[in-house]
Amino acid sequence: MTAIIDYGVGNLFSLLSSLEYLGFEAKVTSSAEELEKADRLILPGVGAFGDARKMLDSTGLVPVIKRLVSGGKPLLGICLGMQLLFEKSFEYGEHEGLGLIKGEIRPLEPDIKALGLSLKTPQMGWNSLDFVRPENKLLKYIKNGDFVYFVHSYYAVDCEASLVARVQYGVNVPAAVACENVYGCQFHPEKSGETGLKILRAFCE
Amino acid sequence: MLTKRIIPCLDIRDGRVVKGKNFKGVRDVEDPVELAEFYNASGADELVFYDITASVEGRPLFTDVLRRVASRIFIPLTVGGSINTVEDFDRVLKAGADKVSVNSGAVKNPGLISEAAEKYGNQCVVLSMDVARYDGKFRVYTKGGRELTGLDAIEWAKQGESLGAGELVVNSIDTDGVKNGFDLEMLSAIADAVSIPIIASGGAGKKEDFSELFNTLERVDAGLAASIFHYKELSISDLKAYLNAAGVRVRI
Repeated sequence: MTAIIDYGVGNLFSLLSSLEYLGFEAKVTSSAEELEKADRLILPGVGAFGDARKMLDSTGLVPVIKRLVSGGKPLLGICLGMQLLFEKSFEYGEHEGLGLIKGEIRPLEPDIKALGLSLKTPQMGWNSLDFVRPENKLLKYIKNGDFVYFVHSYYAVDCEASLVARVQYGVNVPAAVACENVYGCQFHPEKSGETGLKILRAFCE
Repeated sequence: MLTKRIIPCLDIRDGRVVKGKNFKGVRDVEDPVELAEFYNASGADELVFYDITASVEGRPLFTDVLRRVASRIFIPLTVGGSINTVEDFDRVLKAGADKVSVNSGAVKNPGLISEAAEKYGNQCVVLSMDVARYDGKFRVYTKGGRELTGLDAIEWAKQGESLGAGELVVNSIDTDGVKNGFDLEMLSAIADAVSIPIIASGGAGKKEDFSELFNTLERVDAGLAASIFHYKELSISDLKAYLNAAGVRVRI
């Protein structure tokens, strides 16, 4: 069973439906017991980093997640859920992340502007993946260049050691990361059509 | 880099797809779930559903359609039509929508944009505007294009952005249903005034209309159309292959 961690952030309808559509048993839950029982965990998220971190803390699940992950349970963070895996974020101030992956979260806009480009932020739409570590499990069923769907204004930096795939949006944007059993997708696999379903399947197998 | 998006729009009344010409003479076409699956398979980048059901009693029919679509199709879904309150946002988001488009409801109460943006995030709020030329200016209309408001379209677009809208749909009443190309003049004027993504709507009649749109207006991010796709005059996969060859970056 895959536990989708419910901490009051975002709409989990599509994520749950996509896993069920693929034939995987999944549960939206905020119970530590269910997380213990689960074969793998998914940390979703939309909104602002600081607020999401507070909401996650208030569930009391952070120590549970950390313990399960250090015991080897696979965890996939999606969008803001991926950003929460890093050490810290500079979204409206400075906030501590879960520290499961090395690196930090910065705003896209100033880095794109510094290159003299006028791309819109958030990056909203479909962009094509450039594989950095093609052997990673998440990429098992997809091809280099496949498209996935993004909606984000912040991105991960200093995470070369965990970089699995990136996209070009003025700057190089880390799209998928992995550090042992901890995985992250900046894009929304549950909104990325066939490609996204294949990524979820690879994670859940 | 990001691709330009091709977005078919499905008008839904009492659980069925309809499409009018110049908003009049609506005709019943197909089953929404079937049509959505067809569009997804042919490469649609998003789907937009407008609920044009007149009665409140008809709402559950629409949320049921939405729920069935969202359980089978995993691309972004936008919902519009009769969105007047944050409760309306809540109702369609829970049924599987990713973005909610506001039109007349935001004209009546601009605070709806900021309230919803604060609760669900800017990315969730799409401001849709029906615009036509009147007295030498671009003016906003409501009620499906029947009622002229006092709003100037460019000012309304800017206000919508500052209130927290994450995207803007610009539907030209002047070109809607005419099938002779998007309203480049109107789109250009509005796209230059804001920095959020712009979705062009109204006027698509052939594949060249899309290449002209994207090759002329770099600041337009997506093209939306209804009848051209669901009367099967043009398939999305053919359109995308054509655009790709014409130098427009699309998801294939």
